[in-house]
Amino acid sequence: MSHDHDHDHETPSGPALRAEALEALLLEKGLLDPAEVDAVIANYGERVGPLNGARVVARAWTDEAYRQRLLADGTAAAAELGIVGGPGGQMERLVVVENGPTVHNVVVCTLCSCYPWALLGLPPRWYKDPAYRSRVVREPRAVLREFGLEVPAEKALKVWDSSAEVRYLVLPERPEGTQGFSEEQLVALVPREAMIGVALVSEPPEAAA
Amino acid sequence: MQGIHDLGGREGFGVLQVEKDEPAFHHRWEAAVFAMMFAAGRAGATGNSDRFRHAIERIDPAAYLEDSYYGRWLGGLETLFVEAGVLTREAIDERAQRLGAPLTARVASRPQAPPDPIVGYDASGCLRDLSTPPRFALGDAVQTTLASSPGHTRLPAYARGRPGRITAQHGGWVFPDTHAHGAGEQPAHLYTVAFEGRDLWGPGSEPGVVVHLDLFEPYLLPRKESP
Repeated sequence: MSHDHDHDHETPSGPALRAEALEALLLEKGLLDPAEVDAVIANYGERVGPLNGARVVARAWTDEAYRQRLLADGTAAAAELGIVGGPGGQMERLVVVENGPTVHNVVVCTLCSCYPWALLGLPPRWYKDPAYRSRVVREPRAVLREFGLEVPAEKALKVWDSSAEVRYLVLPERPEGTQGFSEEQLVALVPREAMIGVALVSEPPEAAA
Repeated sequence: MQGIHDLGGREGFGVLQVEKDEPAFHHRWEAAVFAMMFAAGRAGATGNSDRFRHAIERIDPAAYLEDSYYGRWLGGLETLFVEAGVLTREAIDERAQRLGAPLTARVASRPQAPPDPIVGYDASGCLRDLSTPPRFALGDAVQTTLASSPGHTRLPAYARGRPGRITAQHGGWVFPDTHAHGAGEQPAHLYTVAFEGRDLWGPGSEPGVVVHLDLFEPYLLPRKESP
């Protein structure tokens, strides 16, 4: 069996053992319930994901008045769809930045890993790793190229480094070939990466065919 | 402080490692660490999120790079539990060794003695009404300060002493530089400031790049524009 596919059966890493020790001590003190760990896995592993963000994007694509409210006050517009971040959802204030023919936006947190949990769930590992956090403010075009996204040099590239409690969401461009799509069909097209700004929303396969 | 966490613009980290369809947690212990954050809150050990962030910034720098995201949280949480007197470092060491950790294993946490006062989390958030008007208006030219707070700060090193321009006003917010250290909320006006790529990285930098940061008023000075 290769090492690549069997991490959990290797010698536990330093943090894994240290976490086990801390968990055991907290259980003994009655400060942690094992069911709580299972609840975290169920909640963040299965329930909370980028779907809320995709709902916001699809609504903005299909409702021009909503799009304008979203760009003017992201927090209030998200709340219209029942998405209330607040401090617990890591989204006390939301600012939505819109991609277009002359501008591309991309989001990062260079100091830690701030991310709009209430809209996108927990961030992917690359978003929290040093490579992305160090490079995307210095050479965003090179970083996006590694994601397979070539942003033309004449297009402005705006990077949003989430250095305070404001959280950012990219409103991607609606792809061609989606005329007549329902809001629900559009939601399914929007990947998390497009709302961070490291991807575009692809044309639906049937339209591209 | 310009700790290892202050990664913006550092070079040498290589290409991104992007995993397709990755799970929210790669190991059970990562979810356990996530749950321990709630336990720390209940035990009164967390204080506020600024204090938690600063506990992560204080972990061993090599561990910061090696231990991945939840490993960093773990180091920060351990510091918070020890500083709050909930657990001792010796008890955690002893248990980790009993579970098989080598005596020489690097320990990420760095508790202080005595710790900063632990000031609690305000569930209503960090937005505050300010009676003082904002010092800067939309479009104003500003310069960031060259020095930063000795402890926690949200002015990244790459944007210190740089010219920028105000593009948004966000009202008053709790000031992380004091809040993290139990030195009060000291709310300050928050702005979005835009920096031209060439003002951060020099003339050879990528074309057409503008980097935006959300910066507190104490980080900003007025700037006269050359005619």
